[in-house]
Amino acid sequence: MAFRVFPGDYASLAEIATFVRQVSIAAGFDSNTVYQIETAVDEACSNIIEHAYGGEHRGDIECQCEITAHSLTITLKDHGKPFRPDKIAAPDLKAPLKKRQAHGLGLYFMRQWMDEVHFEFMDGVNVLTLIKHLPG
Amino acid sequence: MEITHTQFKHCDVLKPKGRIDSASAPIFSDAINAITEEGRFRIVIDMSELEFISSAGLRVLISAQKTCKRYNRGEVVLATVPPVIMNSLELAGFNILFKTYPDVLSAVGNF
Repeated sequence: MAFRVFPGDYASLAEIATFVRQVSIAAGFDSNTVYQIETAVDEACSNIIEHAYGGEHRGDIECQCEITAHSLTITLKDHGKPFRPDKIAAPDLKAPLKKRQAHGLGLYFMRQWMDEVHFEFMDGVNVLTLIKHLPG
Repeated sequence: MEITHTQFKHCDVLKPKGRIDSASAPIFSDAINAITEEGRFRIVIDMSELEFISSAGLRVLISAQKTCKRYNRGEVVLATVPPVIMNSLELAGFNILFKTYPDVLSAVGNF
């Protein structure tokens, strides 16, 4: 199991990506899947900073990665406001340019590219669990 | 992230290197705005050295395309898109909003 705590700043995103990429490669995922996992975690952490903390420098992001025989589980924790994924409208990916909204893509990426995405709010902590199954 | 800007007679080429995430998206946005504020709206994004783009970067691209296509005065096109980044663009439905070219020369030639 790997565990790191990062400041809730956008400047942390590159470091978080490196950490998650290393774990994903160690778990045995191919380069496409590693990119997908990196994207899901980047979107999740950007959401934490923007929505849960309401800005940078307001709290930490705890990142725990656990590799099992069949999957990689990434758990992200923050101490910000409860995140309500049901409040985020799904993006309309077929809308013409003029009507295309630019928000909602992050959550969409997470749900499309991870096998399981769970949001919980427990004892003042947002707990986001992202699971990717290993092939075979 | 570093961005290289090359101005041609008929268009501008921007080449971002590294990552476009929530930290660097404002820099990418500023680079595009600097071109459109000059009244130039034909822009090629050379993605050959782009390693990662998040939804924050995609939001910048959408906004830039809206600005450039207004009044039919121009367009943002994408060149040398790495396969992993193409996957992101396709998943976001951007393949219907942006022309893509296999190399910068053909993208520049489009204008």
